[in-house]
Amino acid sequence: MGLLSKKDAKLITDPLADNNPITIQVLGICSALAITAELKASIVMSFAVLFVLGVGNVVISLMRNIIPSKIRIIVQLIVVASLVIIVDQVLKAFAYELSKTLSVFVGLIITNCIIMGRFEAFALGNGPWKSFLDGIGNALGYAVILIIVGFFRELLGSGTLLGIPVLGDPIEKTGVYSIGYENNGFMLMPPMALIIVGLIIWVQRSRNKDLIED
Amino acid sequence: MGLKQNLHSFKMKNKDKKWLPAFNALFTFLYTPNETTHNGTHIKAADDLKRTMNTVILALVPCLIFGMFNAGYQHYLAQGMIESADGFLGASFWTLDNLWIGIVKVLPLVVVSYGVGLAVEFLFAVIKGHEVEEGYLVTGMLVPLIVPVDIPLWMLAVAVVFGVVIGKEVFGGTGMNILNPALTIRAFLFFAYPTWMSGDKVWVHGATAAAGTPDAYSGETLLGAYAQNSSLAGIDYWDMFWGIIPGSVGETSKFLIIIGALFLIFTKIGSWRIILSTLIGALTMGLIFNGVVDAGWIGESSKFYGLMSVPFWQHLIIGSILFGAVYMATDPVTASQTNKGKWIYGFLIGFISIMIRVFNPAYPEGVFLAILLMNVFAPTIDHYVVQGNVKRRLKRVKVKAA
Repeated sequence: MGLLSKKDAKLITDPLADNNPITIQVLGICSALAITAELKASIVMSFAVLFVLGVGNVVISLMRNIIPSKIRIIVQLIVVASLVIIVDQVLKAFAYELSKTLSVFVGLIITNCIIMGRFEAFALGNGPWKSFLDGIGNALGYAVILIIVGFFRELLGSGTLLGIPVLGDPIEKTGVYSIGYENNGFMLMPPMALIIVGLIIWVQRSRNKDLIED
Repeated sequence: MGLKQNLHSFKMKNKDKKWLPAFNALFTFLYTPNETTHNGTHIKAADDLKRTMNTVILALVPCLIFGMFNAGYQHYLAQGMIESADGFLGASFWTLDNLWIGIVKVLPLVVVSYGVGLAVEFLFAVIKGHEVEEGYLVTGMLVPLIVPVDIPLWMLAVAVVFGVVIGKEVFGGTGMNILNPALTIRAFLFFAYPTWMSGDKVWVHGATAAAGTPDAYSGETLLGAYAQNSSLAGIDYWDMFWGIIPGSVGETSKFLIIIGALFLIFTKIGSWRIILSTLIGALTMGLIFNGVVDAGWIGESSKFYGLMSVPFWQHLIIGSILFGAVYMATDPVTASQTNKGKWIYGFLIGFISIMIRVFNPAYPEGVFLAILLMNVFAPTIDHYVVQGNVKRRLKRVKVKAA
C-alpha cells in the first residue's frame, strides 16, 4: 500500500484477523448474538459501528490533551452517545423497517465494549490520523465476523440471503427444499450465533497456533 | 500365526500411519491388544470402557426391539387396521407386520446414528492422532430411541454431526464433555426442526404424510393431550406401564426400562443413587402440584390444570422421565461424581423435569432440558460437596488439636 506506511496499514489489517475484536479480544459479543439472524441487519450494524468508531476515535484523539483524566469516561460516553443518536436518527429517517429490526441494539452501540475499549486503549494516546485508521480497522474486524455469522444464520435459518430466497421458496417447495431441505430454526436463535463465533475462533486458532493462550 | 498375531504384526508395521487409530478401534473390538502399560501403577480390571459401554447397550436392546414392534403397532392401530392389544402380551402387538414397520423405520435410524457418529469419531481420532474412543457406542444407541419414528434421516445425520462435534469433540472427546451428547443431539433437533419433534403427528409412522387427506390420523402423546387439558380415551395405566402408547421410539415401555435399570444397577454400571433421587425429585414436584390443585389455587380453567392435576405417581409412567433417569442422567461423564452430589443432582433433575413439563406447554417433555441443565451444574455441585467435606475434616482436626 503506497498510501499508508507499513505501520499504519497494520492498524487496519491487524484487527481483521490476528487481533480481531470479537474472536480474539471477545468484545462486542452481545450485538453479534442479537442482530445477526439476518445478513442485512448485520451489514447495517457494521456500518453503524464503522461510523461511530471511526469518527469517535478521531474526536477523542483531538480532545485527548484537554480531557481531564478523572472525567474521561463521561466525556467518551457523551461522544459515543451523540454519534449513536445521529446513526439512530438517520436509520429512522431512511430505513425505518430496518431500524425497527435493530430496535434497541443501535442504541446499545453506546455500551459496545469495542468502542469504549478503542477510545481508552488507542485514541487517548495517539494522533487523529492513526486513531482514525485504528477505528476503521477495528470496526472492519467487527464487521467481518458479523457478516460471516449473519451469512450462515440467514442462509441456513431462513434459506434466504438479504431477504432473497436462495435455497428455494419454502412454501412452494422448490429448489433444494424439494429434496428435503428445511429451515433450521435453531440457527435463528442467539445460542447458534455463539456457536458459530466459537467455530470461527476454533478455525482461527487451529490455523495460527500463536493465538492459543494459556 | 493366528488372526490376532497377524493383526498385531500389521499394527506394528504401520505404527506411524495416520489412519492407525481407525484400525486400532476395530482391532480392540475383536481382541485384547498385546501391549501392556509401560509405566506407572495400573489397575487390572475387566470392565474397560468398551465393556462398560456394551453393558449399557445390552440394557438398551430390549427397549429397541420393543420400540420396533411399537412403531408398527401404533401405525396400524391409528389406522384402525388392528385391535388394540390388551396388555404386554397382546396378540396384536407381537406380530411380524408390526416388526416389519419397525425394521423399515427404526433400523435406518440406528444405522444412520452409528454410521455418522462413528465417522465423526474416526475422523477426529485420525486428525488428532489419538485412539478412537468408545464413547459413541452408547450415544449411538440412545439417539434412535429418543427421536420420533418419522424423523427424516438427513436431519438425524445433521444433528448427530452437531452433537458429536459441538457436544463432545470441542471439549476434548469422550470423558471431557460437559453435556450428554445424546441429549445435545435431541436438543438440537428439537430447536432446529420443532415441527418434526413435537405436535400430534410425528409420533406415529405415516401420520405426517397422511395429514390433510381423508385418511388422516393422529397419534398424540399423553403429555401433549394433558397439556391441552384433555386426556386420551382408551389408555389405561397398564398401557402406559407396558409402553403400548405413542412416543419416541424406545422410551415408552416403562416395564423394559425398569428391567434395564435393574440390570445396570446389578452390574454396577448405572448409579442407583441418581436413578432413585431423580424419581424422588419427580414425585416431590408432582406432590407439590397436586397440593396446589387440592388447595384450590388452580382452577379447571387454568392452562396448567391438565398436567398439574395428574396424580403425582403417574408422572413416572407418562413421558420419558424414567428413560431419562435410567439411561441419561446416569451417564458417568456428565453426572456428579460424589455420592452426596449424585443425590442433589438426581433430585433436581426430577424436580425440574416435572416443573418444565407442567409450566411450559411449548416443551411438553422437560426431561432432556432438565438433564442438560443439571449436566452443566454437576461440576459445581461436586465442588461444594468436596469443599464441605474438606471443611468438616479441618474442623475435626482442630477439635482434636485443642
